[in-house]
Amino acid sequence: MRTLVCVKRVPMTGGKMVLTADGQALETKHLGFTISPHEECAVEEAVRIGGEVVVLTLGPAEAEEQLRDCMAIGADRGILLKTSEEWDAQSTAGAIVDAIRGEEAFDLILFGNESADAAGFQVGIRVAHALGLPVVTGLKKIEVGEGRVRCERDVGGARDVYEAPLPAVLTVLEGLNLPRYPSVPGRLRAKSKPLAVVEPARPEQKLEKLRLVVPEGQGKQAEVLEDAAQVVAVMQSLGVA
Amino acid sequence: MKVVVIGGGIVGNSLTGWLAELGVTDLIQLDKGPFPNPGGSTGHASNFIFPVDHSKEMTQLTLESMRQYRDAGTLHECGGIEVARTEERMEELRRRMASAKSWGIEGCRLVTPAEIKELVPYVDESILLGGFYSPTVAVVDSLRFGTLMREKAQAKGAQVHANTEVTGIDVEGGRVRRVRTTRGDFEADVVVIACGVWSPRIARMAGASIPLTPAVHQMIDVGPVPRFLTSKTAVDFPIVRDMDTNMYERQDGQGLEVGSYAHRPILHEPDDIPSIEESATTPTELPFTQEDFELQLEHALQLVPEVLGDESVGIKYAINGLLSLTPDGLPLLGETPEVKGLWAASAVWVKEGPGVGKSVAEWLVHGEPEIDLQSSDVARFYPEQRTPEHIKGRTSEGFNKTYGIVHPAEQWESNRGVRVSPFYDREKDLGAVFYEAAAWERPHWYESNAGLVEEYGVQGREHEWDARWWSPIINAEHLAMRERAAMFDLTAFCVFDVVGPNALDAVQIVAARQMNVANGRVIYTPVLAPRGGFKSDLTIMKMEDDRFRVVTGGAHGMADMKWFRDHCPDGTRIEDHTSSVCTVGIWGPRARDILASITGTDVSNEAFPFSTWQELDNGVIASRISYVGDLGWELYTPMDRGAELWDALWEAGRPHGVVPAGIGVYGTTGRLEKAYRAFGAELDQDYDVVEADMAWWKVKNDDFVGKAAHVAAREREPAATLCTLTIDELSRTPLGREPIVREDGSPLVDAKGRRSYVTSAGMGPSLGKYILMSYLPPGDHGKLYVQYMEQLYPVTVDVVGSRPPFDPDNERIRS
Amino acid sequence: MILVYVDSDELSAQAVGFARTLGDLHAVTFAGPYQPTAWAKALAAQDADAIVAAGSDRGNELLAHVGAILDQPFAANVIAIDGDMVTRVRWGGSLLEEARLHGAPKLLTVAPHTQPAAEIGDVETLDAPDDGSPKVLERVEESSGGVSLRDAKVVVSGGRGVGSAEGFAIIEELAGLLGAAVGCSRVVTSAGWRPHADQVGQTGTKISADLYVACGISGATQHIAGAKGAKKILAINTDPEAPIFASADYAVIGDLHEVVPAISAELKRVRG
Repeated sequence: MRTLVCVKRVPMTGGKMVLTADGQALETKHLGFTISPHEECAVEEAVRIGGEVVVLTLGPAEAEEQLRDCMAIGADRGILLKTSEEWDAQSTAGAIVDAIRGEEAFDLILFGNESADAAGFQVGIRVAHALGLPVVTGLKKIEVGEGRVRCERDVGGARDVYEAPLPAVLTVLEGLNLPRYPSVPGRLRAKSKPLAVVEPARPEQKLEKLRLVVPEGQGKQAEVLEDAAQVVAVMQSLGVA
Repeated sequence: MKVVVIGGGIVGNSLTGWLAELGVTDLIQLDKGPFPNPGGSTGHASNFIFPVDHSKEMTQLTLESMRQYRDAGTLHECGGIEVARTEERMEELRRRMASAKSWGIEGCRLVTPAEIKELVPYVDESILLGGFYSPTVAVVDSLRFGTLMREKAQAKGAQVHANTEVTGIDVEGGRVRRVRTTRGDFEADVVVIACGVWSPRIARMAGASIPLTPAVHQMIDVGPVPRFLTSKTAVDFPIVRDMDTNMYERQDGQGLEVGSYAHRPILHEPDDIPSIEESATTPTELPFTQEDFELQLEHALQLVPEVLGDESVGIKYAINGLLSLTPDGLPLLGETPEVKGLWAASAVWVKEGPGVGKSVAEWLVHGEPEIDLQSSDVARFYPEQRTPEHIKGRTSEGFNKTYGIVHPAEQWESNRGVRVSPFYDREKDLGAVFYEAAAWERPHWYESNAGLVEEYGVQGREHEWDARWWSPIINAEHLAMRERAAMFDLTAFCVFDVVGPNALDAVQIVAARQMNVANGRVIYTPVLAPRGGFKSDLTIMKMEDDRFRVVTGGAHGMADMKWFRDHCPDGTRIEDHTSSVCTVGIWGPRARDILASITGTDVSNEAFPFSTWQELDNGVIASRISYVGDLGWELYTPMDRGAELWDALWEAGRPHGVVPAGIGVYGTTGRLEKAYRAFGAELDQDYDVVEADMAWWKVKNDDFVGKAAHVAAREREPAATLCTLTIDELSRTPLGREPIVREDGSPLVDAKGRRSYVTSAGMGPSLGKYILMSYLPPGDHGKLYVQYMEQLYPVTVDVVGSRPPFDPDNERIRS
Repeated sequence: MILVYVDSDELSAQAVGFARTLGDLHAVTFAGPYQPTAWAKALAAQDADAIVAAGSDRGNELLAHVGAILDQPFAANVIAIDGDMVTRVRWGGSLLEEARLHGAPKLLTVAPHTQPAAEIGDVETLDAPDDGSPKVLERVEESSGGVSLRDAKVVVSGGRGVGSAEGFAIIEELAGLLGAAVGCSRVVTSAGWRPHADQVGQTGTKISADLYVACGISGATQHIAGAKGAKKILAINTDPEAPIFASADYAVIGDLHEVVPAISAELKRVRG
């Protein structure tokens, strides 16, 4: 079994979004970095499935941290598609496809359903089409069988069941599993696991980001309720009590 | 008195509670964050307390804090072990045993690796040589304690405002007037900055400086640890400090916290700390930088492989927590020298917080804290010690000493050469080994005197620790001084004039001795704290009727200057000459001959008696006093004429065999032979003038600070008296702060509960004996010993009181 | 022509409302088991100036497939479009991105709860032959007895302030009285106090309740992203400056351990 997991380095944001002066990115000088919870579950699932686990990201040199984090919980090696810029989903998918063309084929390619920041909902699907692989998205359960994978997706109080032949592309959601924390031995092992760095050329962006904006009107003026009677009165006025 | 306390961490809360307790009713506490955790360092503190420290002041603050935590039900005693991986560390642990005994901390013992294993079964004892076990080590709930103190204050009428950010502090006429905040303005007579890492920013709003830097302390929390799943308390096992790797491991419920002071110093700017909204967690829990912790993980894994080697135990939390570091590692307490009414209570850790709260409250309300805070006085820094370079250099250097083995004489390496005397180049040519005093470079001894070692047959020291930061040349310089004469660079003195029509009133109220003396007199005087302990000791020269010149030690000069300034009546002012005047001391039997050959002024004993000063015909001010017990003078001249004076003395001295001598002689050997006391060693707030045996024959009629207490002290038997002891057989050389014990190792405790410890230690080369000074309670204690490196060395009490062992009748200085 | 893929849900009605502002509208849907690749091929085969869907799980998935099939860019969760210029949401709505969408046809989905709903009108059911790609084989109804978080009219949610798994007893009691679903913040699921299925947030469930009661939740952007679909938010927190209040309609400043039982008691009292 060979599994590729694709992840994205994103800042851990606080209660307020602060942008850089040029409006091109979040101000991250005080922030730590992580990967989306969806992707954490993807890595955890890959490690649980077993076999060789390769973790890939497209991001800045510092994204090595996130690859090492994944290695610390069990990924075997990493591929860093190094770039100093943000890429749109289409070109990201293209870079991933180019990067793994030289690799022995993967049985499973896992993505988070969408990234935490840009949330384009499409990189995994585009990679699947480019590689001619079946794809199932938004999964909360994966069962790998002989040559096939059975998966489930939440649809509001019910679960839709899919099957796909391997190799396949799957995108997953948080809740798929409870990701482990890295152990100290895992951390130490991660330091020496192999990491390949490639610097792909960034094509013209077809969904071309111009700038970021913090939406207005976040600051509502809440009506302060003084006691339980007022709370219940409000609930009654809303027809819920 | 209207008091505003800014800050709601452990310090602000404790202080607010204590101010209310002491009767301050017009009291407001502010914090920009929410309670109970406004987001400062208290919120992420590891909250454990090891009571033993080599510093008496810090230990007293810690013990007082532990008492308060315990009384509030917020302390859990779990014990703690400082473990040693090296023999050098074992030596340090033996010294910790001495400090534990000197400061009265019971139950501490050295433990073997097997005993460590029994206490903390998850360590790998095979890599350890031993440990220092403190059974009273505890973890505390600093947030809960803070809440209790805040609520106590509120119950007594204090107003507490969370989510209230300070936007400005108004100062009028050098005095703080009000605090501007996002919730409006608050009038204030006193404003206390208890803002931890933000303190410099808040102080700057009032034009004051609080020299600290926010710095990172890395910490991770791993779990769940199988062994802890059945724990009955949050901490069932003693906390382990892995001293040699600068780390600690402590149980925290089902997890193990691993903290480090080993990584590179990571300093931040107070203005660069994120706001509460910008932070992912709190402003002082910054993103963890894994690369700084890699080596630490390996070290921790070596010590607790059972826990950290377990693949099922995950790293659940990891932060770069911010804490406050200061240039000398000590807190910043008291009124700022820049702004009246603006106080600092900063750079305080959880282990000292409640004690600091109480002490600063006492200081504010009563004018003096019960615990002597002189080492922590925020006024102690010279401008040269408040610069960004100094703060950055020293905190970086000091950070990795947090668990370090620090020799009592250890010198800083960073930001040196900031202040040099006009003789510096000459001294360098003479092979001076420079130590630092108040940012000045001062020769401690001169390698050019190496030949004297053989000449005088001076012995070296056998043990590396004893010989570290020391040279036999010091003793040789001493003997040359006693036989011929020696020149000393004393430019690091703090020199200032009290000037104005009421100058006499100012010096009279500060100085314990009579200052209404003839022009030309030099008076050595204690300066007392209100309760009769020592605030300082210094000399005052009566220059003119409206001008007195104060000369005091460099180390506490700034605090002394503030004390005088605080007592100046209107129209009297302080003129600081520290940077414009340099000082050479010349002492020894040939000193008069040498001085006479560079001046036409009559310097005979009749024309220039002891305890007087004169301006010589060459413009030099000469003051005939001595701290080394020999004939001689302190010579003051403007900086730009310093080299000229040095060269003249040097040339004139050559025929007389003059040697340059360092502070090793001035501060230790020369002084100890004469039983001269030193501020900060023998003299502090804990002991009075009578106990130090420095009471002069008559108390002056004029009022002075501490007079009532002093008069009372004279009327009772002292609970202890400062004595000069010598070691019977010289093999090891204690360096100070070791306990004086009986044959069975039991400590001497006086009627006030104070233990006898070595206040100063050093060779008396002319006596051929190693001298210790210590306060001893009256009575016969049988044979006495000094406890050093866990060995008892027999000592003899040579003198009870201040009579000098060398030249007891003071013939030399009066010759 | 603007091709709009619709389901029979509220979000599709919002998508139609948005698409109608762009031009002539052609609403389409499919019959039979959901087969995203096959359906997307059918959509991609239509001749349209733009293909639009709701920013729902399905809408985003189908448009991503269309984008891949046509090798055209796709902008998910758009709130405004003007020629090539689109404004779309990032970070679950905490941030907006202004971008130029260079492709043709324009492929986009409409961010939920940002547009007024419109009458869907006529819908053509397109044919999508099974191409052998993954499709829904069966639908398993969840046997949970409680109210579904996503569809609940009222959600009572607890955060870090609840303090422990046991602390949720008072949350559950109030939820029971209101016929509400119990929710929680990400801190709570990470601590293992509640299952992930209860998590409201950007990576958990995005609710659409009439009332959301947030107890002891500070209001990280991650959480607000899941809660903003609620019509009204009532926040209970000791900290009056907690970010949650910036998104709340009603605020109770107080300790949830006192406030929540008091509300339950008051509810029981008024009901006799």
